[in-house]
Amino acid sequence: MQIEPREHIAPWRIALAPVAAVFVSLLIGSVLILWVGAPVLEAYVLLVKGAVGSSFALTETLTRSIPLIFTGLAATIAFRAKFYNIGAEGQLYCGALAATFFGTGLITLPPLLMIPFLMLVGALAGGAALAVPVMLKTHLKVDEVVTTLLLNFVILLFVGYFLEGPLKDPMSMGWPQAEPIIDEGLFPSLVDKSRLHFGFIFALIGSVLCWAMMRFTVWGYEIRAVGLNASAAKFAGINVNATVIRTALISGGFAGIAGVSEVAGLKGYLTLDISPGFGYTGIAVAMLAQLNPLAVVLSALFISMIYVGADSMSRAINIPTYIADVLVGLSVLSILVSVMLTRYRVRFR
Amino acid sequence: MALLAFHNITKRFGSLTANDDISFSLDRGEVIALLGENGAGKTTLMNILYGHYTADKGYIEVDGQKLPAGQTDAAINAGIGMVHQHFTLAENLTVLENIMLGTESLWSLGQKRAPAKEKLAQMSEDYGLKVDPDARVAELSVGERQRVEILKALYRDARVLILDEPTAVLTPQEADSLFKTLKSLTKEGFAIIFISHKLHEILAISTRVEVLRRGKIVGSIETEKADRKLLAEMMVGRTVERPVLEQMETGKPIVELENVTVEDKSKDASGVPKLNKVSLTVHQHEIVGIAGVAGNGQSSLADLLSGLEKPDAGTFTLLGQEVTSASPADIVHRGVGRIPEDRHSSGVVGDMMLWENLISEDLRHAPVSKAGVLIDRKACLERANKLIDAFDIRCEGPEAETKLLSGGNMQKLILARALSPKPGFILANQPVRGLDEGAIAYVHEQLLAAKKRGAAVLLISEDLDELFALCDQIAVMYHGTLTQSYDAKTLTIAEVGLMMAGQQSKNTNHSEQPHTENSSHSETTNSGNEEHPHAN
Repeated sequence: MQIEPREHIAPWRIALAPVAAVFVSLLIGSVLILWVGAPVLEAYVLLVKGAVGSSFALTETLTRSIPLIFTGLAATIAFRAKFYNIGAEGQLYCGALAATFFGTGLITLPPLLMIPFLMLVGALAGGAALAVPVMLKTHLKVDEVVTTLLLNFVILLFVGYFLEGPLKDPMSMGWPQAEPIIDEGLFPSLVDKSRLHFGFIFALIGSVLCWAMMRFTVWGYEIRAVGLNASAAKFAGINVNATVIRTALISGGFAGIAGVSEVAGLKGYLTLDISPGFGYTGIAVAMLAQLNPLAVVLSALFISMIYVGADSMSRAINIPTYIADVLVGLSVLSILVSVMLTRYRVRFR
Repeated sequence: MALLAFHNITKRFGSLTANDDISFSLDRGEVIALLGENGAGKTTLMNILYGHYTADKGYIEVDGQKLPAGQTDAAINAGIGMVHQHFTLAENLTVLENIMLGTESLWSLGQKRAPAKEKLAQMSEDYGLKVDPDARVAELSVGERQRVEILKALYRDARVLILDEPTAVLTPQEADSLFKTLKSLTKEGFAIIFISHKLHEILAISTRVEVLRRGKIVGSIETEKADRKLLAEMMVGRTVERPVLEQMETGKPIVELENVTVEDKSKDASGVPKLNKVSLTVHQHEIVGIAGVAGNGQSSLADLLSGLEKPDAGTFTLLGQEVTSASPADIVHRGVGRIPEDRHSSGVVGDMMLWENLISEDLRHAPVSKAGVLIDRKACLERANKLIDAFDIRCEGPEAETKLLSGGNMQKLILARALSPKPGFILANQPVRGLDEGAIAYVHEQLLAAKKRGAAVLLISEDLDELFALCDQIAVMYHGTLTQSYDAKTLTIAEVGLMMAGQQSKNTNHSEQPHTENSSHSETTNSGNEEHPHAN
């Protein structure tokens, strides 16, 4: 077997890669569904129905995609600079904590200012959570995968402390949860009688801003150059450390906003379970989107579809909800393979 | 019957035909030189011979036996030995261990030691390849390491030796000793394939020259009947004009280094500084050449002058202003055009578009960007189009991916970026490495034109021919020290060779005295006077 690079990569291959990857992952997933003894086709029909089959399902899917878009953008921008931020989960909680700290009565502004203010402090908190790992990376060459990953657990314990102590809602009947965000800070609802909130619009704006930054600005150029060839970037006079630090702060900022959006948009108050791993799933979102900020929206929608759909599928027929994790994992693996196949051809002899 | 014969070898990579119907044969005692520009197909052909690739058409015979395609083991067993350009030795093992590794089974390394040592000693004796079998490879000089590579091939009973650019890392004297070895090997009946683009070496060592151009054999000539000019023309396919060196009145000093020292801060540092009290001046209208065997501090010197490295002691003055701690961006904006040693790793970002690589040194200034924030794509594309025309970069357009450019065109892109702002100082580090004759002439013309308009040029090169062809002054680097600059017209290649091997100046013959305690500095030479008991 030989692997040879392709000289010219047809655009249709690049466009088709994610579609093929999704198809292959559903195909492999069907083997597992057969294994549990459930009908494959029916299971997938139920999954799709559960995700987009009714206006309730659809709004749930969109709602679930909001934090995934933000954490997906966080991973996208950091990975573009080859800064492997695995800590979006922790940064998300930092954002949520900041929103709780400032948004539960400490400061009161009219909604038009209060919401942007909360997003700003959330972004700053998310960025600040990455400040130490990124400095360790740029100044002491400490591997950021280790520091950002482990910091997640530290931050989670830290949030737990606040929820049991200083920020605990006295009206919570003993549950570890914070006081609710004041009304001025709550994101308006997008669709009546649904949980879908304005965060979805913010997420779309974020994705367009991120795309525009990468494509049209000097910062975006520097991020791409540093990620693709740091030594050439350095030679050309780009300040590599400054670029990595800046990228990390933006990445942490997006993850922080994900936390703000969950607290001020969806739940209304901070608990320790506002994120079932959105930070980690964001990495899968970014990989599936091939680190393209606009594609992050589609990829987040697909993944939230799987999660929401799998919930209702497993209620209808007896398939564990874990199938959603398996499908998402499979689709990330198959996207990696199919992206490789767009660049290389495999010859058997 | 020929020892080795290629029959109609054809290999295609997509639309590119790397080898096109290549046939030639090789007898015992012959040295065939494979001559060709980069990309002519030499490496592909050798990879097919060694079993890394399989040919689309054609076959190879050894002693009349067809060689199975695509099997490296088969090639080795048939007696094909490869001496790679980049050595494949484990530095922490001894010579003997390196030779046994991969040849003998790992289980029997212990028992086979004594017979192996005997065989090695016999080979050393027979072919005049002297190395201490118990020396650690890390302690050997480059020339000795190459001998180990050759012995490794011979130990596996190779009958055909392939040497891929073997002199690239050697001093002229080491190269001479390599040639002596090769000649004695051919007397023993070995056949040798010698890959090179240095014409004088080919004329000195080979019996026959096969010239490759665009994958085809375009000529086959007995070396006796060939000369430089003829070979160059066969290789390029047209007449090559060497640039004429023009003597000019030098102007004011542009670059001054004074006693610059850069310590080696890497983990396995030997305590020898990367640059040791280096002093150097380059004037307007002057090209100063830095000679030296690779790895003697040239990269550090280039990094320093590019702003990538900060000296631990000494000063760096540019146009009368001290820039000792300037960043690369600073250096560029003070008017330095830099041509890096490695195009791919530090010259360009291969995955970015051509126009993007053309603006990388000037991102935060008009007209590239507005207010240092938004990149003005239209203005950049316009500029790129102009530079593509001016520097004759052959490409699909400014939006082509840079990694698709050929080596010569990529170098033209770097020249366009570095030279178009008309810098006062040009740092050219190995600017023609891996380029074909046409592109080499182009790069040299550009450097000479820059000198003519008043720029100061520093040319770092391992190719003495290049230095003597272009430079007004030449200085030599050895173990981080730099000799004074000599007028190129008063130097001979042999003198430079001796200095490359560590002699401190061209007039003394007694400087090779290891372990001297005397470390005073002579006033006339700018170099430090460190003695290094271990060569390399």
